[in-house]
Amino acid sequence: MLPPFELLEPHSLDQALKMLATSESVPLAGGTNLLPDLRARGEAGGRFISLAALDQLHGIEHSDSRVLMGARTTLSDILHDPLMPTAAPSLVSMAKVFAGSMVRNAATVAGNICYGSPSADVVPPLLSLDAELTLASAAGERTLSLNDFLLDYKKTARRPDELLISVSWAPPTTGTANLFYKLGRRRGDAITVVGVAVTITIEKGNCTKARIALGSVAPTVFRAQEAEEALVGGPLTATTIGTAAQAAAQASRPIDDIRASADYRRHAVHMLVRRLLTEAWQTAGSQHD
Amino acid sequence: MTDKETQMITEKRVDIQVNGQACEITVPAWRTLLEVLRELGHKEVKCGCEKGDCGACAVLLDGKVVDSCLTLAWNAAGRSVTTVQGLGGPDNPHPLQTAFIEHGSAQCGYCTPGMIMAAKALLDDIPEPSLKDIKRGLSGNLCRCTGYTRIFSAIQAAAETLRQQETTS
Repeated sequence: MLPPFELLEPHSLDQALKMLATSESVPLAGGTNLLPDLRARGEAGGRFISLAALDQLHGIEHSDSRVLMGARTTLSDILHDPLMPTAAPSLVSMAKVFAGSMVRNAATVAGNICYGSPSADVVPPLLSLDAELTLASAAGERTLSLNDFLLDYKKTARRPDELLISVSWAPPTTGTANLFYKLGRRRGDAITVVGVAVTITIEKGNCTKARIALGSVAPTVFRAQEAEEALVGGPLTATTIGTAAQAAAQASRPIDDIRASADYRRHAVHMLVRRLLTEAWQTAGSQHD
Repeated sequence: MTDKETQMITEKRVDIQVNGQACEITVPAWRTLLEVLRELGHKEVKCGCEKGDCGACAVLLDGKVVDSCLTLAWNAAGRSVTTVQGLGGPDNPHPLQTAFIEHGSAQCGYCTPGMIMAAKALLDDIPEPSLKDIKRGLSGNLCRCTGYTRIFSAIQAAAETLRQQETTS
Protein backbone atom coordinates (compact mmCIF):
# COMPACT_ATOMS: atom_id res chain seq x y z
CA MET A 1 0.00 0.00 0.00
CA LEU A 2 1.19 3.50 -0.81
CA PRO A 3 1.50 5.99 2.06
CA PRO A 4 -1.05 8.84 1.95
CA PHE A 5 -0.09 11.79 -0.25
CA GLU A 6 -1.68 14.75 -1.93
CA LEU A 7 -2.17 14.80 -5.69
CA LEU A 8 -2.81 18.08 -7.50
CA GLU A 9 -4.28 17.76 -10.98
CA PRO A 10 -3.59 20.85 -13.11
CA HIS A 11 -5.41 21.15 -16.44
CA SER A 12 -2.94 23.51 -18.10
CA LEU A 13 0.81 24.05 -18.11
CA ASP A 14 0.35 27.53 -16.60
CA GLN A 15 -1.65 26.08 -13.75
CA ALA A 16 0.97 23.36 -13.19
CA LEU A 17 3.79 25.94 -13.09
CA LYS A 18 1.85 28.09 -10.61
CA MET A 19 1.38 25.05 -8.39
CA LEU A 20 5.10 24.21 -8.61
CA ALA A 21 5.97 27.80 -7.67
CA THR A 22 3.66 28.09 -4.71
CA SER A 23 3.59 24.65 -3.14
CA GLU A 24 6.38 22.31 -2.19
CA SER A 25 5.67 19.58 -4.68
CA VAL A 26 7.16 17.11 -7.10
CA PRO A 27 5.95 16.48 -10.68
CA LEU A 28 4.47 13.00 -11.21
CA ALA A 29 4.46 11.59 -14.75
CA GLY A 30 4.62 7.82 -15.34
CA GLY A 31 5.27 7.10 -11.67
CA THR A 32 7.43 4.06 -12.41
CA ASN A 33 10.29 5.39 -10.24
CA LEU A 34 8.43 7.66 -7.88
CA LEU A 35 5.71 5.27 -6.71
CA PRO A 36 8.01 2.28 -5.88
CA ASP A 37 10.30 4.73 -4.05
CA LEU A 38 7.40 6.13 -2.08
CA ARG A 39 6.22 2.63 -1.22
CA ALA A 40 9.72 1.60 -0.08
CA ARG A 41 10.19 4.70 2.08
CA GLY A 42 6.66 4.62 3.47
CA GLU A 43 6.75 8.38 4.03
CA ALA A 44 3.31 9.98 4.21
CA GLY A 45 2.47 13.58 3.43
CA GLY A 46 4.17 14.19 0.07
CA ARG A 47 2.61 16.44 -2.52
CA PHE A 48 2.68 15.58 -6.20
CA ILE A 49 1.56 17.33 -9.34
CA SER A 50 0.04 14.99 -11.88
CA LEU A 51 1.05 15.73 -15.47
CA ALA A 52 -1.60 13.33 -16.81
CA ALA A 53 -3.87 16.04 -18.23
CA LEU A 54 -1.10 18.08 -19.88
CA ASP A 55 -1.31 16.62 -23.37
CA GLN A 56 0.84 19.40 -24.86
CA LEU A 57 3.83 17.75 -23.14
CA HIS A 58 3.24 14.58 -25.13
CA GLY A 59 4.54 13.77 -28.59
CA ILE A 60 7.48 13.93 -30.98
CA GLU A 61 8.00 16.52 -33.74
CA HIS A 62 10.57 16.07 -36.50
CA SER A 63 12.01 18.77 -38.74
CA ASP A 64 15.13 18.58 -40.93
CA SER A 65 17.28 20.31 -38.36
CA ARG A 66 15.75 19.33 -35.04
CA VAL A 67 13.85 16.60 -33.19
CA LEU A 68 11.61 17.90 -30.41
CA MET A 69 10.32 15.41 -27.88
CA GLY A 70 7.71 16.39 -25.30
CA ALA A 71 8.61 15.61 -21.71
CA ARG A 72 5.78 13.14 -21.24
CA THR A 73 6.77 11.04 -24.26
CA THR A 74 6.98 7.41 -23.14
CA LEU A 75 9.55 4.77 -23.99
CA SER A 76 6.85 3.01 -26.07
CA ASP A 77 6.25 6.23 -28.03
CA ILE A 78 9.95 6.18 -28.99
CA LEU A 79 9.62 2.58 -30.22
CA HIS A 80 6.47 3.36 -32.21
CA ASP A 81 7.76 6.56 -33.85
CA PRO A 82 8.48 5.71 -37.53
CA LEU A 83 11.18 8.39 -37.93
CA MET A 84 13.09 7.67 -34.72
CA PRO A 85 15.32 4.90 -36.17
CA THR A 86 17.07 7.59 -38.27
CA ALA A 87 16.55 10.55 -35.88
CA ALA A 88 18.15 8.74 -32.93
CA PRO A 89 19.20 5.12 -33.60
CA SER A 90 20.78 4.80 -30.13
CA LEU A 91 17.54 5.91 -28.46
CA VAL A 92 15.59 3.17 -30.27
CA SER A 93 18.16 0.49 -29.33
CA MET A 94 17.86 1.68 -25.73
CA ALA A 95 14.05 1.69 -25.67
CA LYS A 96 14.01 -1.96 -26.80
CA VAL A 97 15.88 -3.05 -23.66
CA PHE A 98 14.34 -0.55 -21.23
CA ALA A 99 12.51 -2.41 -18.41
CA GLY A 100 9.45 -4.32 -19.69
CA SER A 101 6.37 -3.57 -21.84
CA MET A 102 4.20 -2.25 -19.03
CA VAL A 103 6.86 0.09 -17.69
CA ARG A 104 7.71 1.25 -21.25
CA ASN A 105 4.05 2.25 -21.69
CA ALA A 106 4.14 4.43 -18.57
CA ALA A 107 7.72 5.63 -18.00
CA THR A 108 8.48 9.03 -19.52
CA VAL A 109 11.62 10.55 -20.99
CA ALA A 110 11.48 13.48 -18.56
CA GLY A 111 10.98 11.27 -15.54
CA ASN A 112 13.99 9.15 -16.42
CA ILE A 113 16.16 12.25 -16.91
CA CYS A 114 14.96 14.22 -13.86
CA TYR A 115 15.28 11.29 -11.46
CA GLY A 116 19.03 11.76 -11.98
CA SER A 117 20.00 8.12 -11.62
CA PRO A 118 23.42 7.06 -12.98
CA SER A 119 21.66 4.05 -14.53
CA ALA A 120 18.98 6.12 -16.33
CA ASP A 121 19.01 4.46 -19.75
CA VAL A 122 17.43 7.38 -21.60
CA VAL A 123 20.42 9.58 -20.76
CA PRO A 124 23.48 8.06 -22.54
CA PRO A 125 21.85 8.12 -26.02
CA LEU A 126 20.61 11.71 -25.57
CA LEU A 127 23.95 12.82 -24.12
CA SER A 128 25.72 11.32 -27.14
CA LEU A 129 23.41 13.39 -29.38
CA ASP A 130 24.18 16.68 -27.55
CA ALA A 131 20.54 16.95 -26.48
CA GLU A 132 19.19 20.14 -24.95
CA LEU A 133 16.51 20.43 -22.32
CA THR A 134 13.90 23.15 -21.96
CA LEU A 135 12.72 23.86 -18.43
CA ALA A 136 9.71 26.04 -17.69
CA SER A 137 8.71 27.87 -14.54
CA ALA A 138 6.19 30.58 -13.71
CA ALA A 139 9.07 33.04 -14.28
CA GLY A 140 9.82 31.84 -17.83
CA GLU A 141 11.74 29.25 -19.81
CA ARG A 142 15.40 28.35 -20.09
CA THR A 143 17.26 25.88 -22.28
CA LEU A 144 20.43 24.12 -21.21
CA SER A 145 22.44 21.16 -22.40
CA LEU A 146 21.74 17.76 -20.90
CA ASN A 147 25.45 17.66 -20.06
CA ASP A 148 25.07 20.76 -17.85
CA PHE A 149 21.84 19.43 -16.35
CA LEU A 150 23.44 16.39 -14.70
CA LEU A 151 25.24 17.55 -11.55
CA ASP A 152 25.79 14.61 -9.22
CA TYR A 153 24.20 11.39 -7.95
CA LYS A 154 20.42 12.01 -8.22
CA LYS A 155 21.17 15.71 -8.39
CA THR A 156 20.20 17.80 -11.41
CA ALA A 157 20.05 21.49 -12.33
CA ARG A 158 16.24 21.49 -12.12
CA ARG A 159 14.99 23.98 -9.54
CA PRO A 160 12.00 22.77 -7.48
CA ASP A 161 9.73 25.28 -9.23
CA GLU A 162 10.77 24.11 -12.70
CA LEU A 163 9.26 21.53 -15.01
CA LEU A 164 11.22 19.83 -17.78
CA ILE A 165 8.93 20.36 -20.77
CA SER A 166 10.93 19.15 -23.77
CA VAL A 167 14.11 17.54 -25.05
CA SER A 168 15.59 18.36 -28.46
CA TRP A 169 18.56 17.45 -30.60
CA ALA A 170 19.86 17.63 -34.16
CA PRO A 171 19.36 14.32 -36.01
CA PRO A 172 22.62 12.62 -37.03
CA THR A 173 24.09 13.81 -40.33
CA THR A 174 25.22 11.52 -43.16
CA GLY A 175 28.40 9.74 -42.17
CA THR A 176 27.38 9.60 -38.53
CA ALA A 177 26.94 6.42 -36.51
CA ASN A 178 24.91 6.58 -33.30
CA LEU A 179 24.94 3.38 -31.24
CA PHE A 180 23.94 2.17 -27.78
CA TYR A 181 24.63 -0.97 -25.82
CA LYS A 182 23.26 -1.98 -22.43
CA LEU A 183 25.05 -4.59 -20.38
CA GLY A 184 22.67 -6.09 -17.82
CA ARG A 185 22.16 -9.31 -15.89
CA ARG A 186 19.27 -10.22 -18.18
CA ARG A 187 18.00 -8.75 -21.44
CA GLY A 188 14.84 -7.14 -20.12
CA ASP A 189 13.63 -5.80 -16.80
CA ALA A 190 17.17 -5.22 -15.50
CA ILE A 191 19.04 -2.28 -14.05
CA THR A 192 22.02 -1.43 -16.24
CA VAL A 193 25.47 -2.67 -15.21
CA VAL A 194 27.17 -0.57 -17.89
CA GLY A 195 25.47 1.55 -20.57
CA VAL A 196 27.42 3.00 -23.49
CA ALA A 197 26.27 5.36 -26.25
CA VAL A 198 28.56 6.65 -28.99
CA THR A 199 28.08 9.14 -31.82
CA ILE A 200 30.85 9.21 -34.40
CA THR A 201 30.96 11.41 -37.52
CA ILE A 202 33.32 10.50 -40.33
CA GLU A 203 34.03 13.04 -43.08
CA LYS A 204 36.45 12.28 -45.93
CA GLY A 205 37.86 9.37 -43.97
CA ASN A 206 38.54 11.36 -40.82
CA CYS A 207 36.65 11.47 -37.56
CA THR A 208 35.32 15.01 -37.16
CA LYS A 209 33.14 14.50 -34.11
CA ALA A 210 33.06 11.94 -31.32
CA ARG A 211 30.74 11.56 -28.35
CA ILE A 212 31.05 8.77 -25.79
CA ALA A 213 28.46 8.70 -22.99
CA LEU A 214 28.71 6.21 -20.14
CA GLY A 215 25.99 5.08 -17.74
CA SER A 216 26.12 3.26 -14.38
CA VAL A 217 29.86 3.79 -13.90
CA ALA A 218 29.97 7.13 -12.04
CA PRO A 219 27.66 9.20 -9.81
CA THR A 220 25.98 10.51 -12.98
CA VAL A 221 25.85 9.52 -16.61
CA PHE A 222 28.81 11.38 -18.12
CA ARG A 223 30.81 12.00 -21.31
CA ALA A 224 34.30 10.53 -21.49
CA GLN A 225 35.78 13.66 -23.04
CA GLU A 226 39.42 12.58 -23.11
CA ALA A 227 38.38 9.47 -24.98
CA GLU A 228 36.41 11.63 -27.45
CA GLU A 229 39.42 13.89 -28.02
CA ALA A 230 41.64 10.89 -28.76
CA LEU A 231 39.46 10.13 -31.79
CA VAL A 232 38.94 13.49 -33.48
CA GLY A 233 41.17 14.71 -36.31
CA GLY A 234 42.20 11.51 -38.04
CA PRO A 235 40.92 8.16 -39.23
CA LEU A 236 39.88 5.66 -36.58
CA THR A 237 42.41 2.85 -36.27
CA ALA A 238 42.83 -0.05 -33.88
CA THR A 239 45.33 2.14 -32.01
CA THR A 240 43.15 5.25 -31.62
CA ILE A 241 40.13 3.12 -30.73
CA GLY A 242 42.23 1.28 -28.12
CA THR A 243 43.47 4.57 -26.66
CA ALA A 244 39.92 5.94 -26.46
CA ALA A 245 38.58 2.75 -24.86
CA GLN A 246 41.30 2.88 -22.22
CA ALA A 247 40.67 6.58 -21.56
CA ALA A 248 36.94 5.86 -21.13
CA ALA A 249 37.67 3.08 -18.64
CA GLN A 250 40.04 5.36 -16.73
CA ALA A 251 37.48 8.16 -16.59
CA SER A 252 34.91 5.79 -15.05
CA ARG A 253 34.39 5.82 -11.30
CA PRO A 254 32.25 2.72 -10.78
CA ILE A 255 31.17 1.16 -7.49
CA ASP A 256 30.80 -2.43 -6.29
CA ASP A 257 27.16 -3.41 -5.85
CA ILE A 258 24.89 -6.45 -6.08
CA ARG A 259 24.96 -6.36 -9.88
CA ALA A 260 28.71 -6.16 -10.54
CA SER A 261 32.05 -5.20 -9.09
CA ALA A 262 33.78 -1.93 -9.90
CA ASP A 263 36.62 -3.82 -11.61
CA TYR A 264 34.21 -5.71 -13.82
CA ARG A 265 32.43 -2.50 -14.77
CA ARG A 266 35.68 -0.73 -15.67
CA HIS A 267 36.73 -3.71 -17.79
CA ALA A 268 33.30 -3.76 -19.47
CA VAL A 269 33.59 -0.05 -20.32
CA HIS A 270 36.91 -0.75 -22.05
CA MET A 271 35.50 -3.67 -24.05
CA LEU A 272 32.16 -2.06 -24.94
CA VAL A 273 33.63 1.29 -25.99
CA ARG A 274 36.11 -0.56 -28.22
CA ARG A 275 33.32 -2.69 -29.69
CA LEU A 276 30.95 0.23 -30.36
CA LEU A 277 33.68 2.45 -31.82
CA THR A 278 34.74 -0.33 -34.17
CA GLU A 279 31.14 -0.81 -35.27
CA ALA A 280 30.66 2.97 -35.59
CA TRP A 281 33.78 3.25 -37.74
CA GLN A 282 32.47 0.56 -40.08
CA THR A 283 28.92 1.98 -40.24
CA ALA A 284 29.81 5.66 -40.57
CA GLY A 285 32.71 4.99 -42.92
CA SER A 286 30.60 2.87 -45.28
CA GLN A 287 28.03 5.67 -45.71
CA HIS A 288 30.59 7.45 -47.93
CA ASP A 289 31.62 4.51 -50.09
CA MET B 1 -3.70 30.81 -6.73
CA THR B 2 -6.62 30.62 -4.32
CA ASP B 3 -6.55 28.49 -1.22
CA LYS B 4 -9.30 26.45 -2.76
CA GLU B 5 -7.08 25.41 -5.67
CA THR B 6 -4.25 24.16 -3.49
CA GLN B 7 -6.58 22.65 -0.92
CA MET B 8 -6.01 18.96 -0.39
CA ILE B 9 -8.70 16.80 -1.90
CA THR B 10 -8.46 13.52 -0.03
CA GLU B 11 -11.06 11.47 -1.89
CA LYS B 12 -12.51 11.61 -5.35
CA ARG B 13 -15.21 9.80 -7.28
CA VAL B 14 -13.72 7.81 -10.13
CA ASP B 15 -15.71 6.22 -12.95
CA ILE B 16 -14.02 3.37 -14.76
CA GLN B 17 -15.15 0.66 -17.14
CA VAL B 18 -13.92 -2.77 -16.12
CA ASN B 19 -14.37 -5.45 -18.78
CA GLY B 20 -17.13 -3.35 -20.32
CA GLN B 21 -18.98 -2.81 -17.05
CA ALA B 22 -19.29 0.69 -15.59
CA CYS B 23 -17.95 0.98 -12.03
CA GLU B 24 -18.03 3.94 -9.70
CA ILE B 25 -15.69 4.15 -6.73
CA THR B 26 -14.62 6.85 -4.30
CA VAL B 27 -10.95 6.60 -3.36
CA PRO B 28 -8.04 8.68 -2.07
CA ALA B 29 -5.19 9.70 -4.41
CA TRP B 30 -2.79 7.07 -3.12
CA ARG B 31 -5.04 4.10 -4.01
CA THR B 32 -3.72 2.08 -6.95
CA LEU B 33 -5.75 0.60 -9.78
CA LEU B 34 -4.59 -2.83 -8.58
CA GLU B 35 -6.09 -2.30 -5.12
CA VAL B 36 -9.33 -0.94 -6.58
CA LEU B 37 -9.73 -3.84 -9.03
CA ARG B 38 -9.24 -6.42 -6.30
CA GLU B 39 -11.66 -4.56 -4.01
CA LEU B 40 -14.18 -4.70 -6.85
CA GLY B 41 -13.78 -8.48 -6.86
CA HIS B 42 -11.36 -8.81 -9.75
CA LYS B 43 -9.09 -11.23 -7.92
CA GLU B 44 -7.76 -12.46 -11.27
CA VAL B 45 -5.49 -9.39 -11.16
CA LYS B 46 -2.56 -10.52 -9.02
CA CYS B 47 -0.38 -8.52 -6.66
CA GLY B 48 3.30 -9.47 -6.98
CA CYS B 49 6.27 -7.17 -6.44
CA GLU B 50 4.41 -3.82 -6.34
CA LYS B 51 7.31 -2.09 -8.06
CA GLY B 52 6.92 -2.78 -11.76
CA ASP B 53 9.31 -5.72 -11.98
CA CYS B 54 7.07 -8.81 -12.18
CA GLY B 55 4.04 -7.94 -14.31
CA ALA B 56 1.58 -10.10 -12.32
CA CYS B 57 -0.80 -7.12 -12.05
CA ALA B 58 -0.78 -6.26 -15.78
CA VAL B 59 -4.08 -5.05 -17.25
CA LEU B 60 -5.04 -3.17 -20.40
CA LEU B 61 -5.84 0.51 -19.85
CA ASP B 62 -7.53 1.89 -23.00
CA GLY B 63 -5.87 -0.97 -24.88
CA LYS B 64 -2.33 -0.38 -23.56
CA VAL B 65 -0.81 -2.84 -21.13
CA VAL B 66 0.23 -1.28 -17.80
CA ASP B 67 1.22 -2.44 -14.34
CA SER B 68 -1.90 -1.74 -12.27
CA CYS B 69 0.29 -1.49 -9.13
CA LEU B 70 1.97 1.60 -10.62
CA THR B 71 -1.23 3.17 -11.93
CA LEU B 72 -3.13 5.49 -9.61
CA ALA B 73 -6.88 4.88 -9.65
CA TRP B 74 -7.40 8.63 -10.20
CA ASN B 75 -5.42 8.39 -13.43
CA ALA B 76 -7.73 5.61 -14.66
CA ALA B 77 -10.79 7.90 -14.35
CA GLY B 78 -12.97 7.81 -17.44
CA ARG B 79 -10.91 5.04 -18.97
CA SER B 80 -11.52 1.44 -19.87
CA VAL B 81 -9.78 -1.46 -18.09
CA THR B 82 -9.52 -5.03 -19.39
CA THR B 83 -8.43 -7.87 -17.12
CA VAL B 84 -7.77 -11.46 -18.18
CA GLN B 85 -11.41 -12.20 -17.31
CA GLY B 86 -12.48 -9.63 -19.88
CA LEU B 87 -10.75 -11.60 -22.66
CA GLY B 88 -12.93 -14.66 -22.13
CA GLY B 89 -13.93 -17.37 -19.68
CA PRO B 90 -14.43 -21.17 -19.64
CA ASP B 91 -17.37 -20.90 -22.06
CA ASN B 92 -15.75 -18.51 -24.51
CA PRO B 93 -11.98 -18.63 -24.03
CA HIS B 94 -9.73 -16.29 -25.96
CA PRO B 95 -7.23 -18.10 -28.23
CA LEU B 96 -4.45 -17.06 -25.83
CA GLN B 97 -6.26 -18.70 -22.90
CA THR B 98 -6.89 -21.87 -24.93
CA ALA B 99 -3.25 -22.00 -26.04
CA PHE B 100 -1.94 -21.51 -22.48
CA ILE B 101 -4.06 -24.51 -21.39
CA GLU B 102 -3.13 -26.69 -24.36
CA HIS B 103 0.59 -25.96 -24.07
CA GLY B 104 0.71 -26.42 -20.29
CA SER B 105 1.99 -22.86 -19.93
CA ALA B 106 0.93 -22.43 -16.30
CA GLN B 107 2.45 -24.18 -13.33
CA CYS B 108 1.57 -22.29 -10.15
CA GLY B 109 -0.41 -19.89 -12.35
CA TYR B 110 0.26 -16.71 -10.41
CA CYS B 111 2.00 -14.95 -13.30
CA THR B 112 -0.46 -16.23 -15.94
CA PRO B 113 -3.04 -13.40 -15.92
CA GLY B 114 -0.29 -10.82 -16.40
CA MET B 115 1.48 -12.95 -19.00
CA ILE B 116 -1.72 -13.25 -21.03
CA MET B 117 -2.42 -9.51 -20.87
CA ALA B 118 1.13 -8.65 -21.99
CA ALA B 119 0.78 -11.23 -24.76
CA LYS B 120 -2.58 -9.74 -25.81
CA ALA B 121 -1.00 -6.27 -26.10
CA LEU B 122 1.90 -7.76 -28.08
CA LEU B 123 -0.37 -9.54 -30.57
CA ASP B 124 -2.53 -6.41 -31.00
CA ASP B 125 0.68 -4.59 -31.95
CA ILE B 126 2.50 -7.35 -33.86
CA PRO B 127 0.13 -10.06 -35.18
CA GLU B 128 3.00 -12.19 -36.47
CA PRO B 129 5.68 -11.92 -33.78
CA SER B 130 9.12 -13.51 -33.95
CA LEU B 131 10.46 -15.26 -30.86
CA LYS B 132 12.51 -12.11 -30.24
CA ASP B 133 9.36 -9.96 -30.39
CA ILE B 134 7.65 -12.29 -27.89
CA LYS B 135 10.60 -12.15 -25.51
CA ARG B 136 10.65 -8.36 -25.75
CA GLY B 137 6.88 -8.16 -25.29
CA LEU B 138 7.08 -10.28 -22.13
CA SER B 139 10.28 -8.78 -20.73
CA GLY B 140 8.31 -7.19 -17.90
CA ASN B 141 6.70 -10.45 -16.78
CA LEU B 142 8.45 -12.86 -14.46
CA CYS B 143 7.61 -16.56 -14.16
CA ARG B 144 9.51 -18.54 -11.53
CA CYS B 145 8.11 -22.00 -12.47
CA THR B 146 7.95 -22.68 -16.19
CA GLY B 147 11.20 -21.47 -17.70
CA TYR B 148 9.08 -19.51 -20.22
CA THR B 149 9.43 -22.04 -23.09
CA ARG B 150 5.80 -23.19 -22.98
CA ILE B 151 4.59 -19.63 -22.53
CA PHE B 152 6.39 -18.60 -25.72
CA SER B 153 5.04 -21.60 -27.68
CA ALA B 154 1.48 -20.86 -26.50
CA ILE B 155 1.75 -17.27 -27.72
CA GLN B 156 3.04 -18.42 -31.11
CA ALA B 157 0.12 -20.88 -31.38
CA ALA B 158 -2.43 -18.25 -30.33
CA ALA B 159 -0.98 -15.80 -32.87
CA GLU B 160 -1.49 -18.44 -35.56
CA THR B 161 -5.11 -19.08 -34.46
CA LEU B 162 -5.87 -15.35 -34.38
CA ARG B 163 -4.41 -14.88 -37.88
CA GLN B 164 -6.55 -17.75 -39.20
CA GLN B 165 -9.65 -16.25 -37.57
CA GLU B 166 -8.76 -12.95 -39.19
CA THR B 167 -8.51 -14.45 -42.70
CA THR B 168 -11.70 -16.52 -42.41
CA SER B 169 -13.84 -13.72 -40.94
